[in-house]
Amino acid sequence: MNWSSWSDFFSMRGYGLYVWGSYVVTAALMLAEPWLVGRHRRQALRSAADPALQEASS
Amino acid sequence: MKRPIRWFTFAAPSRFYWLAGLLNPWLWLIAAGLALAGLYVGFFVAPTDATQGESYRIIFIHVPAAWMSMVLYLAMAFWAAIGWMFNARMASMLARAIAPTGAMFTFLALWTGAFWGKPTWGTWWVWDARLTSELILLFLYLGYIALVASIDDVVRGDKAGALLAIVGAVNVPIIYFSVRWWNTLHQGATISMTAAPKMAHTMLIAMMLMTFAFWAYAFATVFTRAQALALERERDTDWVRDLALARKER
Repeated sequence: MNWSSWSDFFSMRGYGLYVWGSYVVTAALMLAEPWLVGRHRRQALRSAADPALQEASS
Repeated sequence: MKRPIRWFTFAAPSRFYWLAGLLNPWLWLIAAGLALAGLYVGFFVAPTDATQGESYRIIFIHVPAAWMSMVLYLAMAFWAAIGWMFNARMASMLARAIAPTGAMFTFLALWTGAFWGKPTWGTWWVWDARLTSELILLFLYLGYIALVASIDDVVRGDKAGALLAIVGAVNVPIIYFSVRWWNTLHQGATISMTAAPKMAHTMLIAMMLMTFAFWAYAFATVFTRAQALALERERDTDWVRDLALARKER
């Protein structure tokens, strides 16, 4: 085990800002993109089902 | 008698849609599983680096993101070219679907690189060959996205985008070989085909797990976005109408 305590882990022995600054942004984007893409697909399916919506958007 | 798989079958948007829908749940599962395993090995098994301390742990996302940024660009240019040459609708849609994910990985490579550069080089950014060419890659992605979005005629948009993507592909080998061709602050390739990896075994395992996780993630997001594009472009066809009605009746 690399870490003697949780605070050791969270501080990354002085590199916390850099390590977590990288990982948090990566995680945020890689969770946001699938959500946005999934919403895009559901919206496309919904608008294909609704002729009124189809005319409005095209 | 075994029938050969006819891959061209999936050039039809309706069949592509079906195949992507079949594969996607598995791809998400693989991406999540590999990422969890990679993070576990990366943080709890891989030892502290002798010279860089804990800051080196950024490598587990930095290198996979940088690889994906280049691979996805080549994939985008490839499918854009196929779409242009053979008038293949699904190929052009795939090219468009790859661009945002590629741009995101390029941004992440730059972002994590900055957060790694600060503690190791003492600066967030330098205008050296590797960093500058990667920044140009981001601009190529953004330029491609803006260009295809600005042209209302989808077929003309696909062709203009293909031209930009193909010309821009010359940047990818420049990024890859920049650390060899020029004196840069950036370190050389971490692993190569010809030499033994210059890193501890567990570090390499963590990095490869994250790389495969990013691959699965990229396939899943690109497939889903391509599905959405196919639905939008083919909304006047029978297969989309049937799909939409089937969903409504449920």
